[in-house]
Amino acid sequence: MIALLIRDMRLSIRAGGGFGLGLAFFLIVTVLVPFGVGPDTAILTRIAPGILWIGALLACLLSLDRVFQLDFEDGTLDLLATAPMPMEGAVMVKALVHWLVTGLPLTLAAPLLATLLHLGAEGKFWLFVTLLIGTPALSMIGTFGAALTVGLKRGGLLLSLLVLPLYVPTLIFGAEAARRGSEGMAVTTPLLMLAGITAGAVALLPFASAAAIRINLR
Amino acid sequence: MPMSLWQYANPVKFMALSAKVLPWVTGLTVLTLVTGLIWGFFFTPGAVNFGTSVKIIYIHVPSAMMAINIWIMMLVTSLVWLIRRHHVSVLAAKSAALIGLTMTIIALITGMIWGQPMWGTYWAWDPRLTSFLVLFLFYLGYMALWAAVENPDTAADLTSVLCMVGSVFALLSRYAVNFWNQGLHQGASLSLDKEENVSDVYFQPLLLCLAGFVLLFVTLLLIRTRSEVRRRRVQALEMRERMADG
Amino acid sequence: MELAVENLAVSRGGVPVLEGVSFTLTAGQVLILRGPNGSGKTTLLRCLAGLQPPLAGTVSMPPEAIAYGAHADGLKSTLSVAENLKFWANIYGTGEITRAMNDFNLTHLGARPATNLSAGQKRRLGLARLLVTGRPVWLLDEPTVALDQASVKMFADAVRAHVAGGGAALIATHIDLGLEAAIFDIGACRADPDSGAALVGAFDEAFE
Repeated sequence: MIALLIRDMRLSIRAGGGFGLGLAFFLIVTVLVPFGVGPDTAILTRIAPGILWIGALLACLLSLDRVFQLDFEDGTLDLLATAPMPMEGAVMVKALVHWLVTGLPLTLAAPLLATLLHLGAEGKFWLFVTLLIGTPALSMIGTFGAALTVGLKRGGLLLSLLVLPLYVPTLIFGAEAARRGSEGMAVTTPLLMLAGITAGAVALLPFASAAAIRINLR
Repeated sequence: MPMSLWQYANPVKFMALSAKVLPWVTGLTVLTLVTGLIWGFFFTPGAVNFGTSVKIIYIHVPSAMMAINIWIMMLVTSLVWLIRRHHVSVLAAKSAALIGLTMTIIALITGMIWGQPMWGTYWAWDPRLTSFLVLFLFYLGYMALWAAVENPDTAADLTSVLCMVGSVFALLSRYAVNFWNQGLHQGASLSLDKEENVSDVYFQPLLLCLAGFVLLFVTLLLIRTRSEVRRRRVQALEMRERMADG
Repeated sequence: MELAVENLAVSRGGVPVLEGVSFTLTAGQVLILRGPNGSGKTTLLRCLAGLQPPLAGTVSMPPEAIAYGAHADGLKSTLSVAENLKFWANIYGTGEITRAMNDFNLTHLGARPATNLSAGQKRRLGLARLLVTGRPVWLLDEPTVALDQASVKMFADAVRAHVAGGGAALIATHIDLGLEAAIFDIGACRADPDSGAALVGAFDEAFE
């Protein structure tokens, strides 16, 4: 499994774009928001946690269709399925790589971009914490969606349609905790729920994703 | 071997039985629904604080209830397919999705029509309304996956897995939405607690309408599942044909 | 060690293509799979490799003993030859690639990215993967596509060495590899569209 992790990290770094595109998208969304809602500082401060969460979520979504597609097209997925590594493990690694290449950079960039939206120091801290806890769930859920659509020719749009409703609870608890944190309110409940979703997704979704891959390879 | 429920999962037995039952169920549906709706619309008084607009509950409440129950039924039949590989079961889930989607839309639209005179707005991000919007998205995703996958058995497997995972997340969304809305509108509640407001005069016809909607669902489900079984049969025959040629 | 296949039936896209497939493959043996295009050779191999369940019948050996060589080599164009091979060696827990690189004459190409290989060189790299799996039974689907004569001989030598060491190979191919091999023609096993046996598990079985 470590071999797969190393190889996939190497591939995403060498192919380029992996780190860059998601981040660039995140930046552009954040820059566009003030153009849409106006430059009023008070309004921007208030909507900043939600906007940044939605921006991160959409940036995550962008790269999902590549999680399995390339391996499916060049036959690697067939060979992996016959290799002595459980498909559940391969799915975990794929989700982890997706998080390392997308979720983690987005989390690190979010406090910087929050400056553009006039979010205070406390708000930046909670935004960072909620994204750190929540983005692994986004990657894991997205990997499940990618596993469902791996055999399809034009799976990209369908993937979004399947994954976005599944993102609802993560988004609600994540953005809510970030918003409460920025307003100095108690964050324990939404933060625990967010952590619960991430833990549950990481524990259970690999099985569903591996099942979906096996079905698609048949 | 004693007769068991599973025998009707055999397409032949299902087609034979459903053909016999269908006319009776259809008749009963029409009877119940027409009686319930006429009773509800014309023979109940207008409520003091709601006016005549309250009568929309005879469509709104049953359709909302069915929207949820149909998803649960799809979950059960999907599980039956994954465990016992009965084709009729998963085809019933496939057939139910469009009915469930329609019920969700009806519940949302009647809710909006009712919301305008009651709350002064067509839409509020009330937990209940929001949950139905999310449920609507789940139905859409499920149906889109069915439509996208060519091989019928692969589609059946994938949609069943999606239905299982989706159910968990739909439930989570319900709790999340409840929590989220409290956070936004503290103290101000726009939701109507239906159980408390409905008195017996309204309740009896409502019960009849609920029964009518259940029957309507059964009727539509039987019709749609019958055509899905036929369509599947045609596909199987075409495949055989192709194999005989090539 | 013996791969015994009994009365196997397989389907492709929901259509039964083969039925009543029976053969045995013992250690030290090479079996050549023959049959016209579209007769179900790939489907049979995928089924034996554990990628899809059979409609009927039994396979005596678990997929864990089998190394599957598909049409596609699963190479990553941005990784070098050695990195590609090393990855599979690590996945299979053998970790050793020197011999495989030597046997398929890839040593001098070790640092080259796979994207700069010719079709034949890619194929050789794909076949070298079999050596690093350390598994006794090879299932090969048209292994000699894009190979020149020298490379075909190289491949035949590798198979010969593998079976001499107690392995076995089942190879779907049209060309003569110059190997001591039994031939199994699956043309006779084509599924009869109107026979019940082929339709076990198929949808319309319940209508009969």
